[in-house]
Amino acid sequence: MQSPMSAAKLLDAEFLGIRCRLIDIAAALDRIDRAPSNAAGVDPRMLQIRRSLDIIASPAANRAEQLQLAFSLQNGQ
Amino acid sequence: MHFIEPHIHIASRTTDDIERMARAGCLAVAEPAFWMGYDRTCVGSFRDYFRQLTEWEPKRTANYGLRHYAWIGMNSKEAENISLAREVIAILPEFLDRPNVLGIGEIGLNKCTKNEVTILAELIELGMQRGEQLLFHTPHLEHKLWGTQIILDLLRAEPRVTPSRVWIDHCEEHTIRQVREGGYWAGLTLYPTTKATPDRAVDMIEVYGPERILVTSSADWGPSDPMAVTALMQAMRRRGHPESLIRQIVYENPLQFMSQSRHFTPPEMMSS
Repeated sequence: MQSPMSAAKLLDAEFLGIRCRLIDIAAALDRIDRAPSNAAGVDPRMLQIRRSLDIIASPAANRAEQLQLAFSLQNGQ
Repeated sequence: MHFIEPHIHIASRTTDDIERMARAGCLAVAEPAFWMGYDRTCVGSFRDYFRQLTEWEPKRTANYGLRHYAWIGMNSKEAENISLAREVIAILPEFLDRPNVLGIGEIGLNKCTKNEVTILAELIELGMQRGEQLLFHTPHLEHKLWGTQIILDLLRAEPRVTPSRVWIDHCEEHTIRQVREGGYWAGLTLYPTTKATPDRAVDMIEVYGPERILVTSSADWGPSDPMAVTALMQAMRRRGHPESLIRQIVYENPLQFMSQSRHFTPPEMMSS
């Protein structure tokens, strides 16, 4: 089922919220980088975040599903 | 902890909000004149609005022990109507002398049009002639960087400006550096979606230091939170910042800046 709203109308409704959340993500990553004893570079969660940002930037139609999978344990591991 | 809310549009808020702020430790508020959500059609509407900010709102907040201050000015959005703006500028002096008025504000830019810049230059000139403190509104979203640069250029070109008596508000990550390097006070606005969150405000305090920073809710008639300053306090505590630093941001800094106005009474001297 398609959204009853056009893509343009959806973008109107979502743009500021997306902008805000992207800035929040950038600020949080800056915060982690700025913190003392920064081991974020080797923390596997940072790899998950980087992979997630790639997924967001991709043209895939199921980005939310792919993000959930990127943050999920595989086979209980 | 006691705090001062340096930028809130009390005229757009309920008495319940005022009471909640008082219960949370707010001692004083400052209310800049702004765009009330619709374009006014005549100078009389502004006169009545300035009377509201200097007569009625101080009484309403005093009922809850809050001292009310105001900034009087011609906002940037309605400055597009240049003839009306000049009529409004002509009546500003009679209100600038009222006992709760801190200076001229909030003035600035909205879409950065020629008319807005013309009126802003006239407001700065009035401020310089009278030795007033100035409070600048910087534009929203995609206009913010450009508008902030125009405001800074206007101020740099005016040798009578004392930067420490100027507050440039609604700074964000891409504008705060220039404002601070100019020696001005930088305002951070805790506003949902379109300005800063409490955590991002704490980030900017950590990066640039606590000096010459004012954090406000700018709560008005739109989605906004008159208790936002308490959210900042909580965010600072969560990160482990000491109470002394929190107090500097939410109480001592507003006190230091507002004390430069001839009409400001420090809280310890207040008697409601």
